[in-house]
Amino acid sequence: MPGDSRMHRLSPEAKLVAVVAVVVVIAMTPRRETVAFALYALGAWAIIATTKIGLLTYLKRLSVIIPFVMFALIVPFIGGGESVYVLGVSLSVDGLWATWNILAKAGLGATMSIALSATTPVPELLHGMTRLKVPRLLVAIIAFMLRYIDVLVEQLGRMRRSMVARGHDPRWLWQVKPIASSAGALFVRSYERGERVHQAMLARGYTGVMPTVSEQRASTKEWLAVLLCPFGAALVLTVAVV
Amino acid sequence: MSASSISVRELGFRYPGEHHDALRGLSIDVNAGERVAVLGPNGSGKTTFVMHLNGLLATQSGEVRIGDTPVVESNLVEIRRRIGAVFQDADDQLFMSSVREDVAFGPANLGVSGAELYELVERTLEQVGAAGYGDRNPHHLSGGEKRRVAIATVLSMDPDVLILDEPTSGLDPAGRRELIDLLSSLTQTQLIVTHDLPLALQLCDRSVIVSDGRVVADGPTPELLANVDLLAEHRLELPLGFDPSRL
Repeated sequence: MPGDSRMHRLSPEAKLVAVVAVVVVIAMTPRRETVAFALYALGAWAIIATTKIGLLTYLKRLSVIIPFVMFALIVPFIGGGESVYVLGVSLSVDGLWATWNILAKAGLGATMSIALSATTPVPELLHGMTRLKVPRLLVAIIAFMLRYIDVLVEQLGRMRRSMVARGHDPRWLWQVKPIASSAGALFVRSYERGERVHQAMLARGYTGVMPTVSEQRASTKEWLAVLLCPFGAALVLTVAVV
Repeated sequence: MSASSISVRELGFRYPGEHHDALRGLSIDVNAGERVAVLGPNGSGKTTFVMHLNGLLATQSGEVRIGDTPVVESNLVEIRRRIGAVFQDADDQLFMSSVREDVAFGPANLGVSGAELYELVERTLEQVGAAGYGDRNPHHLSGGEKRRVAIATVLSMDPDVLILDEPTSGLDPAGRRELIDLLSSLTQTQLIVTHDLPLALQLCDRSVIVSDGRVVADGPTPELLANVDLLAEHRLELPLGFDPSRL
């Protein structure tokens, strides 16, 4: 998201490293350390507040984790061991802790990712990865994927519309054939586009190495500022465990 | 900004696995700074021909020269700097995640970097009427904007020759006019491959008709377009009610 908060101005590689480190610390935290989780949440929300993206946007983006945590809600019903009764329903204590563990860690991890993605444009994030010495080829693959995913989805939409326009109305499993064959057609089209893009790259002097465009690097001050987050989280974890 | 001549002698080409020659002895000379329309029906070999000019297709027979430089493997780096090719589908041309990176891609490959690269990109975007578009995602541009930015991606390499494949396809009338204004402001040698005959008339004093892998007509655009029989023979038609003599 465009913006000019302090988080927006931080260099992408520093933010990327900090987010990954914080997520690692959160993932390592034993699930019964509720105080530690509460402190993480305060920290994470404080970071979200500095991004100035607004509560509604935050919650909307957070909702992407819902499909992933759905199955966590089933665990208390099927888990074994000691159980408690809530409104007459038997719930496994172990299962409840497992659910809490998944919800808390997924929610905090997503919150940190939202703070990163909401304040860092994709091209900058890719530059940050290049400066972190992520292999150029890998960065290029990610960049092309992000660039062409919309084009692909549009193409798929056009193919679907043309099927619907000719009376196709897939509701049942045995009607899946046109979808399978259109997936094949989409693959061939994407392959052809890949060839054309490669030609366009060759025509502009591509030699097999993606050129670097941005050269702005993170300053030591920036590194110190962002690394406070994972260090803080690690401190909380250490105190909680010891 | 400079311009180069193009000289193509007896170019022949057959795609692997095909039984029919795509190009059969195509010859053409274009003077430095000249703007020439390449007309012809679908499948006549126009795109195959222009893909020889920057060595995207290797010459099987015949010879291609840009200025005094033959287009051969050992010269490809120089040739590709001097030839700016704008492809038909702008989504193929704009493959980076921001307009700025796309315009910077060519010069960065040539070793331009830092503030110089940044300024070059800004200057080129301004030249095509896309100043301030640098941070935008190419996918979110309109058709006309995409086409102009696509042209900027090759102008930033300071080419001597521009090759444009169907530059007006898919543009609305205003986008088409803006593109024509842009192309007529550029001093490079230009080869414009198109089915848009009014475009040829408006931009190019000279046109060639390519049919079945050869140049079958070469002359002043108004004369070629006035020859209804010649056009019909090669599946070319002027828009209904369009009279080239009244332009």
